[in-house]
Amino acid sequence: MSAVVGGRMRTKLAGFVATLRDNGFTVGMAESRDALSLLTSPAARRPATLRPAFRALFSADHSDFARFDEIFTAFWVGHHVHTRAKTSGIPKVSPGGEPAAPRGAGSNKAEATELRTGGDGTAAGEGHAQREGASNTEALESADIRHIVDPDEITKTHALAARLAARMRARLVRRERARRSGRRLDIRRTIHRSVSHGGTPVELLWRKRKEKPLRLVVLLDASGSMSLYTAFFVRFLHGVVDNFREAEAFVFHTRLAHVSPTLRDRNVTRAVEKLALMAQGIGGGTRIGESLATFNRWHAERVINSRTVVMIVSDGYDTGEPERLANEMRRLRHRCRRIVWLNPLIGWRDYEPSARGMRSALPYVDLFAPAHNLQSLAALEPYLARI
Amino acid sequence: MSLTREDIAERLAEAGYIADRDLSTALWLMDYLGRPLLIEGEAGVGKTAVAKALAEVHKTELIRLQCYEGLDQNAALYEWNYQRQLLAIKAREGAGEDPESVEEHIFSERYLLERPLLSAIRRLTPPVLLIDEVDRADEEFEAFLLELLSDFQVSIPELGTIHAISIPRVVLTSNATRELSDALRRRCLYHYLDFPEVDREARILLTRLPNIDSNLAQQIARMVAAVRKEDLRKVPGIAETLDWAATLVGLGVHDLRQEPEAVHETMICLLKTHEDRANVTREVTERLLGKVA
Repeated sequence: MSAVVGGRMRTKLAGFVATLRDNGFTVGMAESRDALSLLTSPAARRPATLRPAFRALFSADHSDFARFDEIFTAFWVGHHVHTRAKTSGIPKVSPGGEPAAPRGAGSNKAEATELRTGGDGTAAGEGHAQREGASNTEALESADIRHIVDPDEITKTHALAARLAARMRARLVRRERARRSGRRLDIRRTIHRSVSHGGTPVELLWRKRKEKPLRLVVLLDASGSMSLYTAFFVRFLHGVVDNFREAEAFVFHTRLAHVSPTLRDRNVTRAVEKLALMAQGIGGGTRIGESLATFNRWHAERVINSRTVVMIVSDGYDTGEPERLANEMRRLRHRCRRIVWLNPLIGWRDYEPSARGMRSALPYVDLFAPAHNLQSLAALEPYLARI
Repeated sequence: MSLTREDIAERLAEAGYIADRDLSTALWLMDYLGRPLLIEGEAGVGKTAVAKALAEVHKTELIRLQCYEGLDQNAALYEWNYQRQLLAIKAREGAGEDPESVEEHIFSERYLLERPLLSAIRRLTPPVLLIDEVDRADEEFEAFLLELLSDFQVSIPELGTIHAISIPRVVLTSNATRELSDALRRRCLYHYLDFPEVDREARILLTRLPNIDSNLAQQIARMVAAVRKEDLRKVPGIAETLDWAATLVGLGVHDLRQEPEAVHETMICLLKTHEDRANVTREVTERLLGKVA
């Protein structure tokens, strides 16, 4: 390590590290330092060897590993890429040209934007006219989320959703503690302790059964037909996943995205904003079957254990093959403890699960429940606590 | 003393492990930066074999710690030999020795049982430490492991701190049954091991099964690659390919095209669930054969 890295190279490396961070890589001081020392090593002689070396150093998981080459090539061979710029460019326009909201209300503004733009899309696509004003007379908790259009009320609804999620979490955790009561004699530790008494087991040590806490995996449909509800559920998801270790969240429309890392962002505004972007469907239909297949193939093994409840939030309008959906539902059913399907449409009068996709999925669902207002979500809590 | 990347690639091949260039770079980097290597990938892609091959590359010992749920320090690090301690107490009591010297005696290294992690840092030549399926261990254990991997010292309350005599080369593998902590991921270099491409798998077959001819090896590798693309519950790994190839060689098959019957019947070597077996029907086998042969 005799060679000294020149100033220009250092700057370039710093730029590369910044690009990686922009793309969601976690790069600390230690990695930068090691990267610098790599530049003086034999590996730095050719890009072909430097690339895999940098990749091993900077990647932390498979998605980093898979994306790395592209970023590397673009930075060192071509011009800079800022992939994030692509995503953050989409939703700048806020309807009605409202002045910039104060910092505190930032998150809600983003959601409001999302909810409204989504609303337009659906009204056209699905033919459900958007009724207004209902929320003035009804209590927020029982109002259909679709009908809440006043930004103030939206703010309140979202706060309620987050609180509800937190309450659910607390309830589940308490329950877990109360159940830890199975006791068995821990012979090894008892003998160990008895050494200090000259071999007489004075103190008996017991083994407590370790209960796995209930894990919640939420799959949220963010397709066009659901867009009236998406922003609301995104907020609910954030409430569940934030702080709650045993929860995972996915969003799907035509494909599936794992969003828990985004949701764990401490900054609520940023998290919800990012997710609202990811949740924006590209239009086109929902492919529930295929999204579930992706889930079963790539994520299920990791996120599902024997005490997992999978919660699917979707209206069941599937443009894929119903057989495919049924197949994947069956696979999923084998793996997890319960499948809860929340369908916002149940709250509508005269709703029957007639969508083909919904019908083929129903046999595998343990609980088919409405989720059009906060009350219906609150009703889930006792069900989850019983599991 | 330290090997260059080319040396490592060469010695890996000598050890019978056919690695691509990226992997040998990662293995070289382990030494260069002194960091552990975390390997992920589907079951059966040869994650554990990497550690075994690495031990041969450096001509050193492999110490393996298999992780499981409930693994604790007693099983991973050290444990006192209680039975011997009790015997010693009884014997010395009888001889009328004073309690303090008895205590001194029974908490000496003679009564210490080394478990993999402790023995890995107490070797004269640095061994390869394989921490297999680290995702199966509990989160508490992961935190403890992180501490060990950064300090390479262990404190035993009754005995004091034990410093590493040599720093082992650490390979961790994970099957992604649980998300690992960011801290552990960041501490490690990362390599994702994919299923080998056709040529490499054929070379693996040729290395491991000396009496297979290269045409058949190519055909088998292509066939397995096609099977992996099917929608299966359990995708066959390299071990399955080797089993299957050995079976076909044993049956005296020289050309897959000539004997579709034998191919279909021996597919049980590759397909390990009832559902997969039922899905890959005779017609599917023939379609795949038509594509690869």
